[in-house]
Amino acid sequence: MTGPGPSVFHSVTLDPEKCRGCTTCLKHCPTEAIRVRKGKARILDERCVDCGQCIRVCPSGAKLAVPDPLALLKEYRYRVAVPAPSLYGQFDERFSVDRILSGLLALGFDEVFEAARAAELAADATAAFLRGSGPGPWISSSCPAVVKLIQIRFPSLLDRLVPLASPMEIAARIVKEVLHPGRRDVGVFFISPCAGKVTAARHPQGADRSAVDGVLGIRDVYLPLRNLLSGAAERPLARAGSRGVAWARVDGESDAVGVPGSISVDGISDVIGVLEALENGKIRDVAFIEAMACPAGCVGGPLTVENPYIAKTRIRNREFQNPVLSERIEPAPVGFSDYGWSAPPAARSVLRLDPDVARALVMAEELEIRAEGLPGLDCGSCGAPTCRALAEDIVRGAAVETDCVFKLRERVRDLAAELFSLERMRPPGLDTED
Amino acid sequence: MTLTFTVPGGDFNQAGRASGEVKKVLARLGVDPGIIKRAAVAMYEAEINMVIHAGGGTAVAEISPERVVLTLEDTGPGIPDLDLAMREGYSTAPEWIRELGFGAGMGLPNMRRNSDELSIDSAPGRGTRVTIVLRLDGEGASVENRAAPAAAPAGTSPAEGVAP
Repeated sequence: MTGPGPSVFHSVTLDPEKCRGCTTCLKHCPTEAIRVRKGKARILDERCVDCGQCIRVCPSGAKLAVPDPLALLKEYRYRVAVPAPSLYGQFDERFSVDRILSGLLALGFDEVFEAARAAELAADATAAFLRGSGPGPWISSSCPAVVKLIQIRFPSLLDRLVPLASPMEIAARIVKEVLHPGRRDVGVFFISPCAGKVTAARHPQGADRSAVDGVLGIRDVYLPLRNLLSGAAERPLARAGSRGVAWARVDGESDAVGVPGSISVDGISDVIGVLEALENGKIRDVAFIEAMACPAGCVGGPLTVENPYIAKTRIRNREFQNPVLSERIEPAPVGFSDYGWSAPPAARSVLRLDPDVARALVMAEELEIRAEGLPGLDCGSCGAPTCRALAEDIVRGAAVETDCVFKLRERVRDLAAELFSLERMRPPGLDTED
Repeated sequence: MTLTFTVPGGDFNQAGRASGEVKKVLARLGVDPGIIKRAAVAMYEAEINMVIHAGGGTAVAEISPERVVLTLEDTGPGIPDLDLAMREGYSTAPEWIRELGFGAGMGLPNMRRNSDELSIDSAPGRGTRVTIVLRLDGEGASVENRAAPAAAPAGTSPAEGVAP
């Protein structure tokens, strides 16, 4: 473990130097987790799901994710890289997966274990779970932002999550439990496309502690790795088949799981649409839902460098064109069966106004009345994403009505009118008019 | 508190807005997620029915710490045979509605399955009023997806048979 991060809940953070206090991120946050205060955007910790949407849209580049620094490698004597398959989409196809993995060794790792290989095992475990677990729909738990979104906004769907560890976690468990059992000097480093995995390694979902020791952003590894690729001695290191590599893009996971009747959805707002429909009982005859917070899947993660759609095409090309990979596929390591959850993610009632229902009801009523009185333009000048969100903040005591520029103007106008009428009043003794 | 919504007829993009808002309010009150889901399913079905069959109507949600009462009222064609309509798979929705994933004949049975009390007041030409009650205060409140009883016998209130 790398010690506490900036927050228990998320790894997305803000560079106050760069933030101009504009309202772009406010408007795009799917959980209304951002407010602008004193000219800077602030993240409401408990509401952030690490989807990275604000990082993607910030015009000033002020929103960032804080993965672990490369220097963390020095703390372990034997370092194992677990690259996400999305890493393969960052480089064009003349660099083979073997070459990319060899480059990681040249960068200072002692061993590589592809997350794509663990993804194949996760697909098999998911297929086995679906066969034995009644009718669907079951929701994949591999995207950490989606799991958090469900904890906050769709708690009634928590029991529809497939209760299995993610490929990252499975890979790290195999490295520690099967390949190097009992060793304490082995550090496992996930090379990640997203902030969600940074948080998931520090505060895991579905387990008390993670087998991952550090999470490096693809963005931070990209340049040093790119510089080593041409000169690296290429070794036959790739073991994952196209089934595992495909997890980097949307549809890859459901194809790998291979059950008929799956939905795959990418991009956080479309994920919300599907979960709404599911909660309303509108989705029937569906066995499995692959839901990815990022556009085009993990290749669209905020810590990647390549355009998501270019990266997606490269992933597809690698799936088609690399027959060597499939010949090298290995079965699951003997003796490994640790796929499950030990601590299922719980509902997080961050939307609740008050623990006491009667009190919450009074506040909810006030919220409706307050919202009614606001202009409804959702301009964001008050620092809240919508007029309703401001009404909620007022009711919670975190804002006042005059934070709204229109309300403020009304008050100023009323005050001016009152001043004007006061000015016209004269004491009777001084009143010289007839 | 009381929330009132106008449900526009024929507009599938707006259908689900009222039930979505009610869902948000219930989440703010910290209502059990299982009950929120049941309220959402029951109200969404009733809302969709008004959109498909009745050219819209009004939806009213009355929320107290003890219960949620959802009343959906329209001036549409009414339901000629309520017992038949309560049967799973029975549908009068036209083909194009079914192609949109609606009209599978699960609407009323689903409403009954997901509410603690359901009453439907309807007559041809007079319109329909659906009243859905969910209890929030313990007793039966957390029972999810209760099994649907067989269609209520003719002449009885459809609310019967679902009371625990």
